[in-house]
Amino acid sequence: MMARYSIFSLARNALSYHQDWPAAWRDPAPKPSYQVVIIGGGGHGLATAYYLAKEHGITDVAVIERGWLGGGNTGRNTTVVRSNYLWDESAALYDFALKIWEGLSQELNFNVMFSQRGVVNLAHNQHDLRELSRRINANRLNGVDSEFLTPAEIKRMIPIIDVRAGGRYPVLGASLQRRGGTARHDALAWGYARAADARGVDIIQECPVEGFRIENGRVLGVETAKGFIGAAKVAIAVAGHSSVMATLAGFRMPVTSVPLQALVSEPVKPALDTVVMSNAIHAYISQSDKGEFVIGAGADKYVGYGQRGSLPVTEETLAAVCELFPSLRRMRMMRQWGGIVDTCPDASPILGKTPIDGLYINCGWGTGGFKSTPGAGWVYAYTIAKDEPHELNAPFSLDRFRTGYLVDEHGAAAVAH
Amino acid sequence: MTQRFRLPEGGLIDRAKPLGFRFDGTRYQGYAGDSLASALLANGVHLVGRSFKYHRPRGIFSAGAEEPNALVQLGAGARSDANMRATQVDLVDGLTAASQNCWPSLGFDLGAINNQLSRFLPAGFYYKTFMWPAALWMRYEWVIRHAAGMGKVPDARDPDHYDKTYAHCDVLVAGAGPAGLAAALAASETGARVILAEQDGELGGALLGLDETIDGAPARDWVAAARAELEARESVTILTRTTVYGYFDHNFLGLLERVTDHLAEKPARLPRHRLWKLRAKQVVLATGAIERPLVFSDNDRPGIMLAGACQAYVNRYAVKPGSKAVVFTNNDGAYGAALDLAAAGIEIAAIVDLRPDPEGPATERAEAAGLPVLAGHAIIGTRGDQRVDQVRIARISADGASIVGGAGEGAAQTIDCDLVAVSGGWSPTVHLFSQSRGKIRFDAELGCFLPGDAAQATHLAGACNGAFGLASCLQTGFEAGAQAAKAAGLKPGKRRRKIQKAPEASDDGFLPARWTWLVPSDRPLGQGGKHFVDLQNDVTAADLKLALREGYRSVEHVKRYTTTGMGTDQGKTGNVNAIAIIAETQGRPIPEVGVTTFRPPYTAVTFGAFAGRDIEDLLDATRRTPIHAWHQRNGAVFEDVGQWKRPWYYPKASESMHDAVNREVKAVRSSLGVVDATTLGKIDIQGKDAAEFLNRMYTNAWSKLEVGKCRYGLMLGEDGMVMDDGVTARLGEHHYLMTTTTGNAAPVFGHLEEFLQTEWPELEVRLTSVTEQFATVSLAGPNARRLLAELTQDIELSANALPHMGLARGRVAGIPARVFRVSFTGEMSFEINVRASYGLALWQAVMTAGEKYDITPYGTEAMHVLRAEKGFIIVGQETDGSVTPLDLGMDWILSKNKDFIGKRSLTRPDMLKPDRKQLVGLLTEDPAEVLPEGAQLVETVLAKPPMVMVGHVSSSYHSPNLERSFALAMIKGGRGKMGQRVFAPLQGGKTLACTITGPVFLDPEGERLRG
Ligand SMILES: Cc1cc2nc3c(=O)[nH]c(=O)nc-3n(C[C@H](O)[C@H](O)[C@H](O)COP(=O)(O)OP(=O)(O)OC[C@H]3O[C@@H](n4cnc5c(N)ncnc54)[C@H](O)[C@@H]3O)c2cc1C
Repeated sequence: MMARYSIFSLARNALSYHQDWPAAWRDPAPKPSYQVVIIGGGGHGLATAYYLAKEHGITDVAVIERGWLGGGNTGRNTTVVRSNYLWDESAALYDFALKIWEGLSQELNFNVMFSQRGVVNLAHNQHDLRELSRRINANRLNGVDSEFLTPAEIKRMIPIIDVRAGGRYPVLGASLQRRGGTARHDALAWGYARAADARGVDIIQECPVEGFRIENGRVLGVETAKGFIGAAKVAIAVAGHSSVMATLAGFRMPVTSVPLQALVSEPVKPALDTVVMSNAIHAYISQSDKGEFVIGAGADKYVGYGQRGSLPVTEETLAAVCELFPSLRRMRMMRQWGGIVDTCPDASPILGKTPIDGLYINCGWGTGGFKSTPGAGWVYAYTIAKDEPHELNAPFSLDRFRTGYLVDEHGAAAVAH
Repeated sequence: MTQRFRLPEGGLIDRAKPLGFRFDGTRYQGYAGDSLASALLANGVHLVGRSFKYHRPRGIFSAGAEEPNALVQLGAGARSDANMRATQVDLVDGLTAASQNCWPSLGFDLGAINNQLSRFLPAGFYYKTFMWPAALWMRYEWVIRHAAGMGKVPDARDPDHYDKTYAHCDVLVAGAGPAGLAAALAASETGARVILAEQDGELGGALLGLDETIDGAPARDWVAAARAELEARESVTILTRTTVYGYFDHNFLGLLERVTDHLAEKPARLPRHRLWKLRAKQVVLATGAIERPLVFSDNDRPGIMLAGACQAYVNRYAVKPGSKAVVFTNNDGAYGAALDLAAAGIEIAAIVDLRPDPEGPATERAEAAGLPVLAGHAIIGTRGDQRVDQVRIARISADGASIVGGAGEGAAQTIDCDLVAVSGGWSPTVHLFSQSRGKIRFDAELGCFLPGDAAQATHLAGACNGAFGLASCLQTGFEAGAQAAKAAGLKPGKRRRKIQKAPEASDDGFLPARWTWLVPSDRPLGQGGKHFVDLQNDVTAADLKLALREGYRSVEHVKRYTTTGMGTDQGKTGNVNAIAIIAETQGRPIPEVGVTTFRPPYTAVTFGAFAGRDIEDLLDATRRTPIHAWHQRNGAVFEDVGQWKRPWYYPKASESMHDAVNREVKAVRSSLGVVDATTLGKIDIQGKDAAEFLNRMYTNAWSKLEVGKCRYGLMLGEDGMVMDDGVTARLGEHHYLMTTTTGNAAPVFGHLEEFLQTEWPELEVRLTSVTEQFATVSLAGPNARRLLAELTQDIELSANALPHMGLARGRVAGIPARVFRVSFTGEMSFEINVRASYGLALWQAVMTAGEKYDITPYGTEAMHVLRAEKGFIIVGQETDGSVTPLDLGMDWILSKNKDFIGKRSLTRPDMLKPDRKQLVGLLTEDPAEVLPEGAQLVETVLAKPPMVMVGHVSSSYHSPNLERSFALAMIKGGRGKMGQRVFAPLQGGKTLACTITGPVFLDPEGERLRG
């Protein structure tokens, strides 16, 4: 049973000087085997465990995490949540996720601080405008909220923006998804971890998976730093290390891993209420509740596993930010970091079965899988429970690279955060 | 007389240069050489800010980069800076500063209500509440957001400019304390190119704040001599006010130089800040150490300061940080501070020492001087509203976990004071070392994290490597400098100079010490009284323990849950205490808990410095053709295409865009148009395998193309999707000229090179980008040949001599030229390529000679209409990375007899499905309605979404030739749906009905372009 969080429990616990709060999740030793083992304690792995328990009654589940839960891209990303994707398949999946986001704090009884402050995508030339209009129309007809903003409307909404952008990349228009926004990344991982744990899921941290036991094309369990753990089904959710996992299991993935970086400024009083993104000049920015400007930069142009991101990318990004927001030029970068993102050739995820029976994979979210976490976890759990994909993730099979059924999100949004 | 707390003599300030400044509106005076913090203290101002969460009064805590409290808003208007550490702000005349995060005033701050409510606001409280009702979150959040944040964003465009520079050196020395100076001396002795970077305005580091001797003379004399020596050496560059903020791979480092902040008059020619991108063969880190506070109850009041900082204020700035001090320490070092304070006339009420039997060289001196010592005691509480005025002291138990005599006031004694100087030991500044990926290890005796194995060409000197004594600093500095120079390949110096071996100095350090990480109080932790670990973010020891209790076990979890170490100081004073308290609570050794990752930057770096000069027009290159000036003079409206400025249309007097484009389109079809096509990418391809290379890159065959002929080519990605198109001409046996689309010139070049270099290095092919070498003037229309004939004598223009897709060389208007007979408009068309420098001359000649044909310059919009009438695609408009040649109905261009990039992908089952989106034409039922580009198409209109979409409009125009609107679209299974109706439900509610047609609207046989 999970101790409920509320203003009342907070007040009650204040009386005992907060000495009596229970642990948000246990720290169990792994059992010899489970019905389902999930590799990777990021948002996706934890959400999957939660929905396996909640939607399918499968509670004999372990989430096995190499380090500390939420320490991968889940805890490094810039938390943009939106669903205004171009293609029907993507829009359906991401909007399904967005709808879960809208009630997630209540469902998990953990404030994930999803705040629908709106996501604005800027257009800087005729080509951008055309693509923007195509996407807005597609969104609308898919039932995803999306509207066009003129430069004057943009300026009204975001007073610190310079729609002339220094003259080089003037802002000609934008799309706005009002239901989009940001959330608190750690809270997402913690909220799912706590809720999954309450339903009986074992979360095992500091336990790298080092190999698979596979016989006759069927997975039997995983070799870990804490010994062999048997499982009828194994589900991979390790983001940047997906191709490493696949290699251990003996198959190949069309996935490239590159460092993607982000940075924050020092905290200041609120000056920017919405998320602003510009693909043309590779920058996007929001302001956190703490007051920091959270800025997403581009990916390094080479494959790597160093979680830092190179200086030239920082320079380009901040130059763009300084142009769009000339009063921010005196702000200061307080912290910069990187995460390893797993990208597919079509910039869409892989979510489904693998060539090995009982082994499933969820990866390829690249630069944009935070927002999808609730929806992806939900359909991944379905896929694992039923051993077949849900209609929402059927298009995102590994097989599509053989059939050619690609869902190419590069075209409309080269940087898909 | 102001500056009541200024000592009558001493310090490194210039008393001849008084400087006026304002803080929160009040006028004060300081001296040149002051920091804002020292000047405030000289005037007795301790309260300078409010804390982040509880809005508690806070004072100046340190004298350097580690400052968590004294953050101020500097200046006003466009030049205002938020969150500036007063300890690092050089005082300049006329400076204005204001406190932050308080309202209505610093003294009376309504936000301080949070302090009263703090019992309800433990770490992470916001994860547990604000959830009901869900709809109210945005309101709650509004309040949270406005309570958070510290300083303010300036209110206008930053008028200052910034710069960047690259540099290389043999040895970078980071930090110019005794160790860094010694390292720089030893390294440069060899003639090595040395860069010495120091964040302070002065050299000397810790020596600036200490009263030490070297070789029997004041240490400052040695610093001055070292500086003079270094300045005399040509190979040495000294950078002051320059922070090495980042240590990247391969000894690549980022430095921020603050060039003009400290100047009252800022020369306009100088940048405000300069970003150094430095590649050093060897790096010596001499970054020193940061003093650690003790974690005791209510350890945050103004007047509670680091002991070393108190010492620095006395010695460097000649400022008395108080009148009556209590020194609270766990080590020998703070006794030195006590002695210096006493010497400055500050009464030492007590030295409260956690150690039961204090010993050590400084301790002995202090005892000899008669300073009162309370051994085995602790401060267990403090009092004072906006400044500390009293401390409570009690004896602590042998294990340090509790006080002797238990709870209750009885056990404690009180001492009045206005200053508490605290020392909990020292933390080496290992930030850069850790950023370089060097391993950090915990040293139990020194009670701190030290560098372990280096990951790069890094050397360590002085306190940052645990060599705390002055003699050791000098010694390790000399050694590291010499080693670094040697490793950089330089020979030991021959010259014998005055300063070349470590001079004599004391080596006291701060040991012995007693590590009591959490100082007990007479009340249970968290129940009255706050033990702050992170002063800026208001994180207490109770918060850390709460996080651990709630299952946040990893140090990273604790950090994120409590926000410890996440303020602007990034935990410089708090982190080690936090880690130790976590370890103690968990019963684990400190090394097992480990550190959180050190991320760049060491201290915050201005955004503007990263941008440097790459702003406004220089944010990205603006490319203009040689004919640009003419276009401008003739009223062209430009469009950005990639980096290029292209004429979009040329409105006359009062013409609308619509009218101008119609006129331009009609002119081309009826007589003669001219377009500046210079921006198309041009790649010169040479080598004996050039034809084979083209065969592989393009979908069609190239081996049989004759010299002097052109061919249209289509290029696919490996996924079989259209990537680019363009005409390639065969100029010679092994010589081709490829054209690409304007936007794709660089990506295509990269694509070609990638395959040449990584897949087929055996092919003998050389690529040269010649886009900018040639200007292209393209004539199109029924009179194109007539005009060209007037301009050339040596080119035979007959249909036989220069047929469609032919190529000729000769002179046009007297200028050496290549003439390609190719067409993007469907009209007879000649593209004249001349050397770029002749572009404008050619254009002018064409315009003059063309007058009689009413020659009309046309822009990209007219060009798009013209090509769309012919059903020609634009890559990036009809295609979007998901379109195959089959989708475009271009099966004819796919060679069956050879392999090419993307061919295999085209055979995948999905590529052959009949319901893929295919290129078609589209006519609105109302010919006056022009479909918006990007409109989505449905077969069945529903009252509201969702609706099933079957395609979208990729290009759409009004055509004066067709005298109606028309469009190109990509529609699922479109080629099988000719004549069917589809609908475009538009934004705003209107729906346009249209009919699917073929994509070619004009001259399907192509007669116009032959002739
Ligand atoms: C800088 C940056 C900015 C981003 N911005 C956004 C954004 O604004 N919006 C958005 O939607 N998305 C964004 N993303 C992408 C998003 O963060 C990811 O797509 C998403 O968080 C992936 O979640 P995950 O649970 O799949 O992966 P992760 O959170 O990375 O979790 C994978 C886990 O697997 C563990 N693991 C790996 N190998 C093993 C092993 N052998 N054994 C056991 N465990 C293992 C890892 O330690 C890790 O905890 C961004 C990413 C980055 C790096």
